[in-house]
Amino acid sequence: MSSDHDHDNELDPMAARVRALETILTQKGLIDPAAIDVIVDTYETKVGPRNGAKVVAKAWSDPSFADWLRRDATAAIASLGFTGRQGEHMRAVFNTPDTHNLVVCTLCSCYPWSVLGLPPVWYKAPPYRSRAVIDPRGVLEEFGLTLPAETKIRVWDSTAELRYLVVPMRPLGSEGLSEEALADLVTRDSMIGTGLAREPA
Amino acid sequence: MSGRDGESVKERAAAQAGLPPGLDEPAFAEPWQAQAFALTVALHDKGLFSWSEWANALSLEVKRPEAAPDGGDYYEHWLAALEKLLAVKGVAMPEAVEALAAAWQRAARATPHGQPILLENDPEGNPAKESMQGNS
Repeated sequence: MSSDHDHDNELDPMAARVRALETILTQKGLIDPAAIDVIVDTYETKVGPRNGAKVVAKAWSDPSFADWLRRDATAAIASLGFTGRQGEHMRAVFNTPDTHNLVVCTLCSCYPWSVLGLPPVWYKAPPYRSRAVIDPRGVLEEFGLTLPAETKIRVWDSTAELRYLVVPMRPLGSEGLSEEALADLVTRDSMIGTGLAREPA
Repeated sequence: MSGRDGESVKERAAAQAGLPPGLDEPAFAEPWQAQAFALTVALHDKGLFSWSEWANALSLEVKRPEAAPDGGDYYEHWLAALEKLLAVKGVAMPEAVEALAAAWQRAARATPHGQPILLENDPEGNPAKESMQGNS
């Protein structure tokens, strides 16, 4: 940003505004700066799409878990220790040979943080938010994913209260793999619906 | 980077799509973005606003016509949404935020390199402190 000054230390305007808010909120007792650091650390390093991949791998290997996930994704996911701190509800949508699922948030950028971490840049950007609903097939092709014409595409628009996790189809050739090995096949994009699970090497 | 299809597919998506590159970019480009995000999470935990309220506030910002098509200004919108919500809630008024932000910038300039930037280093004094002392 603005670096035309040669001062020893320079806070850019956005950083200064955040510090200003933090100062006010701390003084009012609304936040604890140490807790803010913990939240940053959690979202930078601890939560991410590996959580979601474990959910999907378990659903692939354990039919009763898959059934639970289908009926009550919030509880099934929480049983693995991944709980949304927003208290949002989760719904798992399962890809089948007939139907491919795609998740978007047209409103802003609602995203299942607890299982996928923070959204990628393109998920938050206007082209994806507007075009995923209007032309999902075209958007998927831009991601390199061309589905058979007879496959239906269902688009799920996330909200603050309800967020979606796509359960991709289990790839061919993955029979007999452990849950851990299966989880490695589950990409972030496959859980948003802009990709498929990887095939085993 | 196994050179498997998945990688080239992502690159192609980024190149062709009009969808921005950086599919595996870090969550935050700059520390202030992480802090703005964390403040929002903490204030929600505190019950200051619901996620619906937050989604509406953020939506108003990201839907502005001048928003960057690549989403590169996403956290600037995030911060604007947070500031407006805090103003509406009467928690932090825009003038107070402006004044404190300016104080933080003066403090930064007055702080020798390598030392932590403290608001007390502001050569013009500390508006936040004064407002607190006003109570005594």
